[in-house]
Amino acid sequence: MSHSLVTMSYIVAAILFILSLSGLSNQESARKGNYYGMLGMAIAIVATTFSASVSVYGVLIAAITIGGLIGAKAALKVEMTQMPELVAIMHSLVGLAAVLVGYANFMDSTISITGVEKTIHEVEIYIGILIGAVTFSGSVIAFGKLSEKINGKPLLLPGRHWFNLTLLVAVIGLGAMFLQQTEVGGEAIIPLAIMTGIAIIFGIHMVMAIGGADMPVVISMLNSYSGWAAAATGFMLSNDLLIVTGALVGSSGAILSYIMCRAMNRHFLSVIAGGFGTSSGGEAAAIEGEVQPIEAEEVAKLLQDSKNIMIIPGYGMAVAQAQHTVNEITKLLRDKGKKVRFGIHPVAGRMPGHMNVLLAEAKVPYDIVYEMDEINDDFGNVDVSIVIGANDIVNPSALNDPNSPIAGMPVIECWKGETTIVLKRSMASGYAGIGNPLFVLDNTRMLFGDANATMQAVLKALKG
Amino acid sequence: MKIGIPKEIHHGEMRVATTPEAAAQIIKLGFSISIESGAGLGANISDEAYKEAGVEIVADTRTLWKQADIIMKVRAPELNLKLAIDETELLSPGATLISFIWPAQNEDLLKKLAAKGVTVLAMDSVPRMSRAQKLDALSSMANIAGYRAIIEAAQHFGRFFTGQITAAGKIPPAKVLVIGAGVAGLAAIGTAKGMGAIVRSFDTRPEVKEQIESMDAEFLMLDFKEEGAGAGGYAKTMSKEFIEAEMALFAQQAKEVDIIVTTALIPGRPAPKLITAEMVASMKAGSVIVDLAAEQGGNCELTEKDQVVVKHDVTVIGYTNLPSRLANQSSQLYATNLRHLLTELCPEKNGLLNVNMDDEVIRGTTVIKEGNITWPAPAPKLSAAPAPQTEAPACAEVLAQQKKSFLPPVVKQLLPIVIAGLVLFGIGAVAPESFMTHFTVFVLACFVGYQVIWNVSHSLHTPLMSVTNAISSIIVIGAVVQVSTANNTVTILAGSAILLASINIFGGFLVTRRMLEMFRK
Repeated sequence: MSHSLVTMSYIVAAILFILSLSGLSNQESARKGNYYGMLGMAIAIVATTFSASVSVYGVLIAAITIGGLIGAKAALKVEMTQMPELVAIMHSLVGLAAVLVGYANFMDSTISITGVEKTIHEVEIYIGILIGAVTFSGSVIAFGKLSEKINGKPLLLPGRHWFNLTLLVAVIGLGAMFLQQTEVGGEAIIPLAIMTGIAIIFGIHMVMAIGGADMPVVISMLNSYSGWAAAATGFMLSNDLLIVTGALVGSSGAILSYIMCRAMNRHFLSVIAGGFGTSSGGEAAAIEGEVQPIEAEEVAKLLQDSKNIMIIPGYGMAVAQAQHTVNEITKLLRDKGKKVRFGIHPVAGRMPGHMNVLLAEAKVPYDIVYEMDEINDDFGNVDVSIVIGANDIVNPSALNDPNSPIAGMPVIECWKGETTIVLKRSMASGYAGIGNPLFVLDNTRMLFGDANATMQAVLKALKG
Repeated sequence: MKIGIPKEIHHGEMRVATTPEAAAQIIKLGFSISIESGAGLGANISDEAYKEAGVEIVADTRTLWKQADIIMKVRAPELNLKLAIDETELLSPGATLISFIWPAQNEDLLKKLAAKGVTVLAMDSVPRMSRAQKLDALSSMANIAGYRAIIEAAQHFGRFFTGQITAAGKIPPAKVLVIGAGVAGLAAIGTAKGMGAIVRSFDTRPEVKEQIESMDAEFLMLDFKEEGAGAGGYAKTMSKEFIEAEMALFAQQAKEVDIIVTTALIPGRPAPKLITAEMVASMKAGSVIVDLAAEQGGNCELTEKDQVVVKHDVTVIGYTNLPSRLANQSSQLYATNLRHLLTELCPEKNGLLNVNMDDEVIRGTTVIKEGNITWPAPAPKLSAAPAPQTEAPACAEVLAQQKKSFLPPVVKQLLPIVIAGLVLFGIGAVAPESFMTHFTVFVLACFVGYQVIWNVSHSLHTPLMSVTNAISSIIVIGAVVQVSTANNTVTILAGSAILLASINIFGGFLVTRRMLEMFRK
């Protein structure tokens, strides 16, 4: 294939990728969008394979076949509750691939450029490997935290900001050494390898310092990094398709991180720096009062007597795998002519849109699933709200207690409805480690127990 | 321990102290329950229903009292005419009695009970705290009384409550005045509003204004400064000047309204006289007054206890047993209040009573502990009344603590732009042309990405991540072009990169497809 033809194929692929992302603007066009993405990827790979620079096909085909089989198997077997883990581990693969491509490119002696172009090329290799390595180790730690192989609590080392700064200075210093070594034709691989090690430590340290409920931000941030890694590789290889795609993915992840941060009313930098409530003024108001427990049978009665029901799922629903039971209850209530809706907070769950996927898996129709902003004004008409395994996203002190660590975070205002039922395993506080005055409100009832078991009991009572 | 539920003997009392639902819950606490045969009939609950819940039915009154360690009743003990014995005498020594007692009004009864050496918990003495709300029988009964007051008024009122315009002429809505907006008053307001009447309400405590207005009723303001809330959130006696101003308001309202419901009570004192005979005379013919304070002497001068009388063409209703007129409902609520009290008294769920006098709620409710009169209890520390306001400065502090920025705001806004400009200038100054072409593509692609991603629906954020994940594996083509070099190390590195990226490509696209297939209407 001629060089121009390959470039033309790349343009087509880039357009298809853009169409693929824009297809995700709604559920109808999303499936088509996904096929555009596949087509774009196929065109890009085929065009590259038949380009002049590829002459050996054995390794290529073997690698694609084996990788493809592993990927397909993972995709078809994964539980929807494990989506965050899968996404995290896939980010790490992109990061690692970027590192490998960077090294391969560095060792490739066939490239002959000189002067400023050469320096820029070396810098591109350096940066590409740096971003790739951070993405790789960060994603592996994120995977560990999400699959609970690593403790989800933020690890806050003393002087961690200084530690990060030291690493940064070291990376810049090593970069200068690396450039110098390549100039004189010395052992440039040594500073490169040390830098890779530092980048891996930096990635680990960065994600270790970030706790459970900040995971949506971390995942979208790593998503963004994997894009930038691809873009950096594109610069290194002078390949516009990689640059375009990397930039698309990079900005996509950056926007997602921004949306998540805004949904928690936190500054992006403070999430990355880790820890919670670093600069809240004064003591948060203590919570006084007593919770009023309720039994599953009473919940069923309440539901039967109400017309307008709102369900607010949180991470607890995913943990308890309660989404199928919730869907059965929803179906039963809808058959009885009741209006059942779902209210989703942007940071509910462990990755952006996590709850939507779980509900979709349980076959909850997506047109009754609403975003926080769409339903918050409507709680005056809601008879019963059911909060399933959520805490901070329904905490009224975010709005009315300026000293609360989550003050200013937009929350789902379920307490404005007639009655709120909160499903909870125990009275432990949420991720932010703060009490929730919602639980002691007059119109709140607590249903204690495993979310799936209690929802099963409610379902049984509704049927019986 | 064994709980005995006797049949109520007070004239006109239809309630019963437990229902089958509550009994089942109490049995779960480890108690056993027996009930006098026919005790629930007034509240439409048959003996069979109790039996099904695991309650033993006892036919003989004396046996029931004798066997029981705990007696739960509605009314305070009184003379049983049929057996010619006072119920106090029937209590076995060391037993516990839980019922309404009204210790302030019934000092003789209190002494008699103390002499028996029993423990008595008075449901009317439950302290007014948020924790005790679930066992506050006064509130649950007052709620029913307020509802029933409007129903009784409607029964005797010759017109509609709601306004209508019909072919046969226009019907004006009834005007209802509710005096005293406690639990009963608010229930009356809600019921009257629900039937379509125009409702006004008056209360000496200004803090209830909001509650009245929240029920869509009109709060009658008295242009007079005096705080009307006494201890524990109840009303207190007001000054003479205040009462005069208040009476003038009522006199004027009496001429306008069709129905007056009075609920004014001050704990432990006779009810204040608010509606004079002249006011009644000034009301329109056919008007109705429902006096919920009839038991304590009535808020209206013309009220006769337990009677419905017509004076000056105005019906004055003085029923004192309004909750009994909704016996099933009020039994249910009262039984639930008692169940909550037992839960408090038996935290171990072992069927044994633990009258823990350190617990504020139990301390307040207990009027006699093993023969010693413990009434009145010290005032509860936390009351339902709002705390005095001292939290105003909190806000100012927060503002003051916000970090002062080193830079003036204009510089702060411009700084990123300036830095970005310098960086771009720096790159442009040294970079070769080939780099700039790629850089152009990169920046434009970032903007395209920015525009496209903002349109993505929130609910599709997870598919977005998995699809971008697959797409970012486009890095594979970087490896593909390198795999054919002669250098073996490079081939191995590139081959591994292809392998990893392919996992991602296939995995990412397929899992996205799987997810999107699940999104169905």
